[in-house]
Amino acid sequence: MTVMPLTETQLEHELWDLRVAAPASVGFGALVATGLADRYAPIETPLGRAFVAWNGRGVSWVGQAPDEATFESRFRAEVGREVARTEALPERLARAISRRLAGDRRVRIPLDLRGHTPFEVMVWMKALEIPRGEVRPYGWIAAEIGRPKAVRAVGTALAHNPVPLVVPCHRVVRSDGLIGQYSMGGPDAKRRVLGAEGLDTGALEADAAAGRRYTGSDTTHIVCHPTCRDARRVTDRHRVTFPSLAAAAQAGYRPCKHCRPVSLAA
Amino acid sequence: MDTDEALARHLAKDLEAGFPGLVEAHQDRLYTIALRLLGDRRDAEEVAQDALVRAFRAMQGYDRDRITALRLRPWLASIAINLARNRRRRLDDRQPPSQLEPMLDAGFDPATDGRAGPDRQADLRETQRELAAGLLRLTPAVRAAIVLRHVDGLSVAETAEALGRPEGTIKAQVHRGLRELRSVLEAAGPTAGPRQHETRAGRFVPALEAIR
Repeated sequence: MTVMPLTETQLEHELWDLRVAAPASVGFGALVATGLADRYAPIETPLGRAFVAWNGRGVSWVGQAPDEATFESRFRAEVGREVARTEALPERLARAISRRLAGDRRVRIPLDLRGHTPFEVMVWMKALEIPRGEVRPYGWIAAEIGRPKAVRAVGTALAHNPVPLVVPCHRVVRSDGLIGQYSMGGPDAKRRVLGAEGLDTGALEADAAAGRRYTGSDTTHIVCHPTCRDARRVTDRHRVTFPSLAAAAQAGYRPCKHCRPVSLAA
Repeated sequence: MDTDEALARHLAKDLEAGFPGLVEAHQDRLYTIALRLLGDRRDAEEVAQDALVRAFRAMQGYDRDRITALRLRPWLASIAINLARNRRRRLDDRQPPSQLEPMLDAGFDPATDGRAGPDRQADLRETQRELAAGLLRLTPAVRAAIVLRHVDGLSVAETAEALGRPEGTIKAQVHRGLRELRSVLEAAGPTAGPRQHETRAGRFVPALEAIR
């Protein structure tokens, strides 16, 4: 049996036929890594199951949806990028988010906030400074970012927070002490998240309704937002409450340097 | 080539809007290049994806003129080649280069799947398996030249550009590679399972028909 030599042309044809199609993960993975598409996976939250979307630039979206298809169509409509379900979050990201939800504000979570205004981003970054289990009024954020008159715009920006829970917009409440709106399911959901953080929202709202908007200590003569950790350390015997900062100032109290209370009239 | 020029102009005008088109147009060839250089699907996936990402990041730092002037085919190939070379070095550090067979089995995925009937497909599989194995036995420099020139289909000039070698060197390396592959196939020929009574040429005719 003779073996016929293979011609150069035949060999070239055979080599040409070694081309193969790339698995879908190659192209999509490149788009995700460059921030032109996103992946998403479910996480457990105090509000039940939610979905987290992310790409190579950071976490881009957190939201609840009855099912995957609804989440995907909302994401595409709002963000304008392709999104694909994966089994689970990358381990590091999952760990960072659960630590953040547990109250560790030092853990760094990269966020992809492209497409949002500098004002919105400023509002969200300020909300990140509010410790777990504490709340601040919208007017506090407005004052802290140097836009004291932009209280309504702050509320609007918080309502548009694309990464609720990761950026704790639930820790910002109405200036009259009512719990206020919440993008992840309204005031009741907001109470549930704050309750899971150890805050007694019923007592907070009752105090606000009764005009007890600020808490002071008659030993230090410092006045705080009622949920400030300093205010909560004051014993009942030494706790005094004020309806306004002006009333506190008149009584000789200075604002706390940690929670920096602002006048609600501002 | 013309479509690549249009693509480069699109990328120069709006990198983010143009990039999905680049991915669509080049992902298969970058994956093929990586697979034929490395012989392992998972490595090839990572190299191809990484090559696309690096291309994007490089273009982020280029001005419009530089992007417009890019010859995407050789440029992207050179990125994939370099990544594959680095990965190969790491693999060689980890394990002796004697484990060709398992790598091959994992990497084999003929483009002709589904295009031919079962008999012909078996022939194609066998030939291409041998060819893919033969590629991995070539020296890295010769293998890269053959893969770019004859699997990816770049011109000699483009292959030379992608590999940063003179055209004369590429021609010599391609020539040497084809000669070595032919002898590999001829040596493997008579062992090809139930069809070993057929001649080598007889096994190639259906393969060629399937191509046309």
